[in-house]
Amino acid sequence: MELISQHAKRIMEGCKERARQAGLRFEDETLEYIVTNRDLVELGPKVMIPTLYDYWVQDVEVLQEQGRYELYPNNPYETVINTRPPISYYNDNNPDWLNVMIFYHVIGHIDFFQNNLFFRHTRDYDFTGRALADKRLFAKLRSEKGRWVDYVIEFARTIDNLVGYFDLLATSDAAKGECPLSLLDYYFDVFLQRGPKSGVSLYSQEIERYNRLLREFPEDGETRFLKSVTEKHAELEALHAKKVKEKKTVGRTDPLLFLMEYSPFLNREENRWMLMVLEVIRSTSLYFQPQIRTKILNEGWASYWHDTLFLGDDRIRGHEVDYALVNAKVTSMPRVGLNPYALGLRLFQYLEQQADRGRTGLAYFQTAGRHARQRFDRATGQGREYIFHIRQSHCDSMFINSFIDQDFVDLHRLFVVGKRLNKERMTWEYFVKSRKAADYKEMVADSLYHPPRVEVKVGEGNVLVLDHVFEGKPLLRDFIQGVLLGLEYLWGGEVHLFTSVPIPVKAGKEGDGQVREETPKRTIEWKRFRYTMKDRTLARTLAE
Amino acid sequence: MHRLRRLYHQLEAKGLTDDQRRVIEHELALAERTGDPERVHRRGPAPRARSLYSYADPELFNQGLPSPALALSKVAAQSLDHLLQRDLQREKDGFPRKIRIGKLVKPGRDGDDKVVVIPTTVEEKLVHDRIPEEEGEGGEGQEPGEGGAGEGEEGEVIGEQPVREEQGGGSGPGQGQGGAHELESTVYDLGRVLTEQFALPNLRDKGKKRSLTRFAYDLTDKNRGFGQILDKKATLKRVLQTNIALQRVQAGTPVDTGNLMISPRDRVYRILSKEKDYESQAVVFFVRDYSGSMAGKPTELVVNQHVLIYAWLSYQYQNQVETRFILHDTEAREVENFQAYYQMQVAGGTQVASAYRLVNRIVAEEELARDYSIYVFHGTDGDDWDTYGEEALPELGKMLVYASRVGITIAENGLEGTRRSEVEKYLSKSGLLESKKELLRLDVMSKESTEARVIEGIKRLIS
Repeated sequence: MELISQHAKRIMEGCKERARQAGLRFEDETLEYIVTNRDLVELGPKVMIPTLYDYWVQDVEVLQEQGRYELYPNNPYETVINTRPPISYYNDNNPDWLNVMIFYHVIGHIDFFQNNLFFRHTRDYDFTGRALADKRLFAKLRSEKGRWVDYVIEFARTIDNLVGYFDLLATSDAAKGECPLSLLDYYFDVFLQRGPKSGVSLYSQEIERYNRLLREFPEDGETRFLKSVTEKHAELEALHAKKVKEKKTVGRTDPLLFLMEYSPFLNREENRWMLMVLEVIRSTSLYFQPQIRTKILNEGWASYWHDTLFLGDDRIRGHEVDYALVNAKVTSMPRVGLNPYALGLRLFQYLEQQADRGRTGLAYFQTAGRHARQRFDRATGQGREYIFHIRQSHCDSMFINSFIDQDFVDLHRLFVVGKRLNKERMTWEYFVKSRKAADYKEMVADSLYHPPRVEVKVGEGNVLVLDHVFEGKPLLRDFIQGVLLGLEYLWGGEVHLFTSVPIPVKAGKEGDGQVREETPKRTIEWKRFRYTMKDRTLARTLAE
Repeated sequence: MHRLRRLYHQLEAKGLTDDQRRVIEHELALAERTGDPERVHRRGPAPRARSLYSYADPELFNQGLPSPALALSKVAAQSLDHLLQRDLQREKDGFPRKIRIGKLVKPGRDGDDKVVVIPTTVEEKLVHDRIPEEEGEGGEGQEPGEGGAGEGEEGEVIGEQPVREEQGGGSGPGQGQGGAHELESTVYDLGRVLTEQFALPNLRDKGKKRSLTRFAYDLTDKNRGFGQILDKKATLKRVLQTNIALQRVQAGTPVDTGNLMISPRDRVYRILSKEKDYESQAVVFFVRDYSGSMAGKPTELVVNQHVLIYAWLSYQYQNQVETRFILHDTEAREVENFQAYYQMQVAGGTQVASAYRLVNRIVAEEELARDYSIYVFHGTDGDDWDTYGEEALPELGKMLVYASRVGITIAENGLEGTRRSEVEKYLSKSGLLESKKELLRLDVMSKESTEARVIEGIKRLIS
C-alpha cells in the first residue's frame, strides 16, 4: 500500500474544488492509496480497515452458501472508508479519467458519511486510530490469555448484529436536553394509562379539565390541577417518586451491553478482561451499522454525483465513451435483480425533478386528477435543496418507504419478478409478477438488512432469557446452537431463547413419489418454541 | 426411450411390487421429460438475480476483486495446519469444531476450472431465515420475488430455468481438460488432513507388497577394501577386531592407538547400490448411479464422499493411485475424468448390475488384479430395477474375489419415504455383508446428511 502519486493527487484536489462548488460539504483532508490485489486480499476480510483487529476467521474463507448471502449480508466492501481523514483505494494502473470518476464517486460517499444523521456517532473520532488501539489490546491480551481471547471474540461476534444501534442514536439525541419525568407527565403518560380505571373517556375528561384550569387561572392553573389530582389519588406522589428513582435497565435490546452490565461470569475479577473484548466488538459493530442501513441511499448519492460532476468536468473531455461504458455497468437497472446504485441514482434524479416542479407539498398530493398531476408545475427549482435534505435525514428503509410511488415505478418500467413451476416443461419460469408500486416497495423493503429484534432479561433461577420479537420471520435454525453456546459461556449459566417457528399444516396427502400433479395449498402455523442451552447441550421445547 | 419401456415391460412380466412400479414409473416420467423436444426451445436464459448487498464499488469500477484462489495463498499449508490444530484444541476445550474442509472451484478461462481445497467456516449469528418452502415446490406468491426492470406485461414469462439443472460449478468439484494436476496437488494435502485431523484410519499393511519397476540408488551396501565413502565407525570396529586377534590390544590395559595395525581389508566403505522400491499401488473404481432419481442432493453427497475417499487413498498410497470413473443408469459407461464423472446427468432407469459387470470386465481385460490393490466405491440412491439383485449379486460376488474393499454408499433420495431401498434389501438378504465383512461395506445416509456425516460414512467404508 502506498500513497497515490502527486500527479493524481493534484487532479483529485481539482475534483474537490468542483464538488464544493456544486454544494457538497466535507472536510479538507483525504488519503488515497494505491493497492495491489494482494493488499485487497488482506483488506477484504477486515472490511477495508487496515488496522482492524486480527481474528482467525479472517484467514479462512467464510462459507457463503448460495442464498445465504441475502439473509446474512456482510458489511459493504467499499472503496472508501469512513475515517478521519477518509481513506480511499485505487488500482495502480487506472487511467486518469477513471481515477477522476472513482474519486467523484468517493467524494459522494465522503459527503454522505459526514452529513447523514445516521452516521453522527462515527464523527467524534478516527476509526483507524481506535481500531489500531483495539488491535494492540487484543495482541496484548492474547499474549496473556492465549486462545481464550479468540473464544471470547468469537462468542461476542455471534451477537454483534444485535447491537442497540437505534438506542445509541436515541440517547445521543436525548442527552442534549434530558429532564426527569415531571409529576404532570407521569400522571398523564403513565398513571392514567396503567392505573386501575384506565379509559379513553377518563383520559380526555382529565385533559379537558386541565386545559380549562389553565384557561381560567393562567398563573397557577397547573398547580391547582396537580393539587386536585394528588388529593384524589393519595398514592400518586409516592409512585412518581419511585418511578423517578428507578434505575433504567441497560441494554434491554442490546445483548452485548446487557451481558457486560449484568453477567455474573464476566464481572468476576479474573474475567474482567473479557469486558474489554466485548466492548471492542460492540463498538466496532456499532460503527459499521449505518453503512449497511444506507446502502441504496449512499450508493445512489455517490452515483448521482459522479455522474453530475464527471460530465461537467472540463479537464477530461474525450473520455465520454469510456466513461459511459463503466457508468452503464455501475448504474444500469438489471433485467432481474436489485442494483442499489441504479435504484438510488434513479430515485434521487426522480425526486430532484419532482421537487423542481414543486411536487413535494400538500398542494400536489391533494391534486387528485391524473391529468392535473401530470401538468402540475410550480417551477420552484428547489430540486437540489430537496435531495440534499434527503441525504442528510434518511436511511434506506425511510427512503424506500417514502418515495417509491407508482409514477416512479412506471417511469423506469420496474416490476417484481415471480418464479413458478411449469410442470409441463419441468422448468422454473420467471415472470412479471406485478407492476404495482406497493408490491415493488414491499419487495425492496423485504430485501433490506434487518437483524432480528431480541429482548433480553434475567429469568427465574438466574437464567438469561432472550425473547425474539415475532416479525413474521423465523430464525435460521442451524445457527442457534452456535450462538447460544457462546452466550452460555459469556453468561456463565443457562440460556433460554424464545422464538416463533413456522409449522407447515398439510392440507392434503402428498409425497407419493409421483411427479406431483398439483401444488397442494400450503398453510403454516406459527408456534412459539423455547430453545434451552444448558451445559453446552441444546434442547427445543414447545413454549405454549 | 423405447428401450427403457421394453425393459420395464420385461420386468413387469416378472412381477413387481407396487413400490417398485411407482419408482420405475417416476424415473420413466423424468426420462421422458428430458427427452422432450420442446425443451430445446427455451424461452430465454434463466435470469441471475443478485442480492442488494452483493454490489460493491471495487468490482463495479473495474478495480477487480481478488480471486478466491489468491486469497487462498494467504492460507499457506502451514497455517492450514495451524488452523486445524486450533480446531482440535477447540474440541478439547469442549466447543464444537468450526473448520470445515471445502472445495472451491476457481473458474478459469475456456472452462479450464481449477479445484482448490480450502478451509472454510461459518460465523453463526441470530439471523432471519426465509419461511421454508417445501422442496420442489414454491408456487406463486410464496417467494418474496426479485426486482426487475424493462419490458413485459404482468404475467409475461421473461426467462426460465430447468428444474433439474445440469450440474457443475457452484460449490462442488468440477474441472476442465488439463486441470487434473491442479486437483492432484491438493488432494494429497486433503488426504493428509483427513487422516490426521479426522482420525481416519491408516491403511493396514497387508504384507503382500508388490514390486514396482522403480529403483532407488542409495549408499546402502558395505564393501571392504574400496568404495565411495569410508564408514569410519565400521572401520574402527574392524581395526579393533584385527588387533585383538593379533593380541595388540589387551583387556584391562589402555589402548595405544598409535600402535594399532591396519590391514587393507579393515577399511569398510559404503558403495552405491540399486534398490528395488517396494510400494503398494492401488486402482480405485468410482462407480456412480446417474439415473434421474439421483438428481440433486444424493449426487452431491456421493460425489463429495468420493472426492474425500480419493484424497484419503492418495495420501495412503503416496499418490500411487489410479482412478477409473464409471457411471451407470441401466447401462454403464466409463468416463475419462472427474469432471465428467461429477457433472453427467441423465434421466434413465437404474440397473446396478451393469456397472458391476463393467468393472469386472475392465479388471479381467487389463489384468489389474495381478499388480494392484483394487478398491471399488459405489454410490447410489439404492433404487434398482433389478429388485432382488438377481443380476447384481453374482457380479458383486465375482468382484469380491479380487477387490481389497468394496464400499457401497446409499444416499437416500427420499422418494420412497422411509422404506429400505432395493440395494440395501438385497445386500442384507444375500448375507454377503456378514460373510465378507472384511471386503464389503455398506453405508446408508439420508439426503440431509452433513459433511461430518459424509466423513463418518468414509470411516465406515474403509475401516
